[in-house]
Amino acid sequence: MFCKSILKNRAFTSSANRFLVQGANRQFGAMDLINYDLFDHKFTNDMEFRSSFDKLKCFRVLDEEGNVINKDYEGSIDDQTLQKMFKTMVMMNEADVVFNQAQRQSRISFYMTQLGEEAAGVGSAAGIKDHDLIFPQYREAGAFLWRGFSIQQMAHQLTGNVHDFGKGRQMPVHYGSNKHNIVTVSSPLCTQVPQASGAGYQFRISGQDRIAVTYFGEGAASEGDFHSALNFAATLRAQTMFFCRNNMYAISTPIDDQYAGDGIAVRGIAYGMPTIRVDGNDIFAIYNACKKGREMIIKEKRPVLIEAISYRVGDHSTSDFSQRYRDEKEMLKWKELLSKFKSPIHRLENYLLKRGLVKPEDSKQYRLEALNQVRDALKNANDQKKPSIDDMFNDVYDTVMPHLEDQRKQLKEHLKKYGEKYNLDTFQGGNAFANS
Amino acid sequence: MQQDMENFDFSDKLNVKELKLKNPQNLQKMNLCATIADALDIALKTDPSSVIFGEDVKFGGVFRCTQGLNEKYGTDRVFNTPLSEQGIAGFAIGLASSGANAIAEIQFADYIFPAFDQIVNEAAKYRYRSGNEFDCGKLTFRSPSGAVGHGALYHSQSPEAYFAHTPGLITVVPRSPVQAKGLLLSSIRNNNPVLFFEPKILYRIAEEEVPVEDYEIPLMKAEVLKEGTDLTIISWGTQLRQVRMAVAMAEKEFDVSCEIIDLRTIFPYDEETVLQSVKKTGKCIVTHEAPISGGFGAELAAKIQEKCFLHLEAPVRRVCGYDTPFPLVFETFYLPDRFKILEAIKETVKY
Repeated sequence: MFCKSILKNRAFTSSANRFLVQGANRQFGAMDLINYDLFDHKFTNDMEFRSSFDKLKCFRVLDEEGNVINKDYEGSIDDQTLQKMFKTMVMMNEADVVFNQAQRQSRISFYMTQLGEEAAGVGSAAGIKDHDLIFPQYREAGAFLWRGFSIQQMAHQLTGNVHDFGKGRQMPVHYGSNKHNIVTVSSPLCTQVPQASGAGYQFRISGQDRIAVTYFGEGAASEGDFHSALNFAATLRAQTMFFCRNNMYAISTPIDDQYAGDGIAVRGIAYGMPTIRVDGNDIFAIYNACKKGREMIIKEKRPVLIEAISYRVGDHSTSDFSQRYRDEKEMLKWKELLSKFKSPIHRLENYLLKRGLVKPEDSKQYRLEALNQVRDALKNANDQKKPSIDDMFNDVYDTVMPHLEDQRKQLKEHLKKYGEKYNLDTFQGGNAFANS
Repeated sequence: MQQDMENFDFSDKLNVKELKLKNPQNLQKMNLCATIADALDIALKTDPSSVIFGEDVKFGGVFRCTQGLNEKYGTDRVFNTPLSEQGIAGFAIGLASSGANAIAEIQFADYIFPAFDQIVNEAAKYRYRSGNEFDCGKLTFRSPSGAVGHGALYHSQSPEAYFAHTPGLITVVPRSPVQAKGLLLSSIRNNNPVLFFEPKILYRIAEEEVPVEDYEIPLMKAEVLKEGTDLTIISWGTQLRQVRMAVAMAEKEFDVSCEIIDLRTIFPYDEETVLQSVKKTGKCIVTHEAPISGGFGAELAAKIQEKCFLHLEAPVRRVCGYDTPFPLVFETFYLPDRFKILEAIKETVKY
């Protein structure tokens, strides 16, 4: 009875065999539960080495042509949201095409598309709440767009101009926005994942209706950080959602060089968290899994892992040329799978057409509007100045330390003499910096 | 940065004596990337225990430095690993300590840090802690490093000083295709763990006539690239190009004669060549891309003042990156470029 009342008071629901530890003057929290399963071992006479369980299946609501095959989840998304999802995915797709081309024309220095994976970013961001804190990898621009991080803001970041929130310091696609609750992208792989475990823990102990959501690829999940992150989140009961975009390739490395087990989902189960594998090109499946996953995280005070199976249609980045390794022989491996994983945009559009929520001509119109908006944004961004040279020395610490002040002075002295050797004009207040 | 370099002749005279060439006439024009692949090919051919691995290595690597090797030597010897630098490093140590010649690639030097524990606490101390019962000397890490014009925080770093600070490791940075081939083969054949940082901006743009044969360039040996009488400039890797351009400008502009030293092996380095030169000139500049504070230039400056104090006519000057992360749009201001070196030459000579 005592235990039950504590549970109730703390609005905490435990699974059947979890009980609170009793003790005098103790703060009871999620981690004071004892999982008696861990202490219970059954014995057997059979000497059996197990190497597999049944392969986890992909949850889906729409088939590859956009037909509803799972009526239970069809009505979960209202019409307006569906239309917004579709428009956002179309916008993402057009932006990818234009920005990718812009790199080829040297208007930006680098780019990474989400071609074929538009449902993952958009659908997951729609399934969680806007105040949930996202720790992205680098292929989740769809989540940024969903939260209102504009195409113009993307273009500012891609060109590293004076309006870039990151002050021109990072490579293109390293977006980030405090206002939109998305932590700035970092190039090193998987470093964000244990950070999301820490943030999810903080949200639990401070009693917030908020979760941390982190994205990563199946390649990143080979990093040591991934394993620490899952183990920490599960044992410390973090309010964290791990969202794996399994797109079959880490640059040139296909999944069969990446892992020998049943993908990433099985690791979630191994570390002791509720886990689901979904069809990553079915936005209904992604949305519903994220919505349900979020509810479980808040209610049960423990992490959830979602593995979305998709396929990286584009190159890894503009530095990559995937035809080098995705030759005819390699592509044979994927033939069967790809016939079932048709473009998420195509699938949603077919569904919406059948429902009459978009008309056949709408898609073309959305694309045209998106294209113009992206082109205008890029042109505008290219016309802006680079950030102030002062920003090279700012933000290393909370204030500019004396040694950096010295180095800033040294640079000014240098530019006084050699200013004409540098493109000072292209920087905000560049000439003034040199002569101050 | 790249364009500046394209208009300058960086070619070296082939040092037939040092390279101990048998066929100095048999040369082939190669860029730095191709010479790395060539050295790796020779390593696989001459030592059947050699294996090469890392992320995306099988298809030829993201910089194409292992191109063609998987097809030639098979997937047991040239293979992809899962995406984990600490895994690559630990795996490499296991291979090397059990009889293989392990040649591991870390895709970018900026991504070597998950492997830091394995490299610094394991590889570097394997021999010492076991009383020489075990070692992982047949271990080489290759990794592209340095500024590239658009790499920003995480595709530009020069982390050599972190590793130079670790007893038990050898750290090498080549400046050119000829140097890269000979130094890499020496690194692979050296019986200590070696970190071999390749200046990635030079992969395509540094091209010269390279001996076709199997040759080595000694480690722990610096090279005097240009003799001079008034001032010694010490550097390594890409930065030597900035030094050469600055020296050309300085010697044209005013009456000065500069000696240029390529350190080649960062640590343990060739003290004799460095100290002899500074004793002769009495003035010294050290320059590298990495941040100035705690950079390897600091170690050189300290050693020089300790050993050459009475010969010095000016303070040892460091021209290095600032103490900030490596910033994308500010790269031209961040780098210790030829104009900063030129100014340092003027001030040091006038001191």
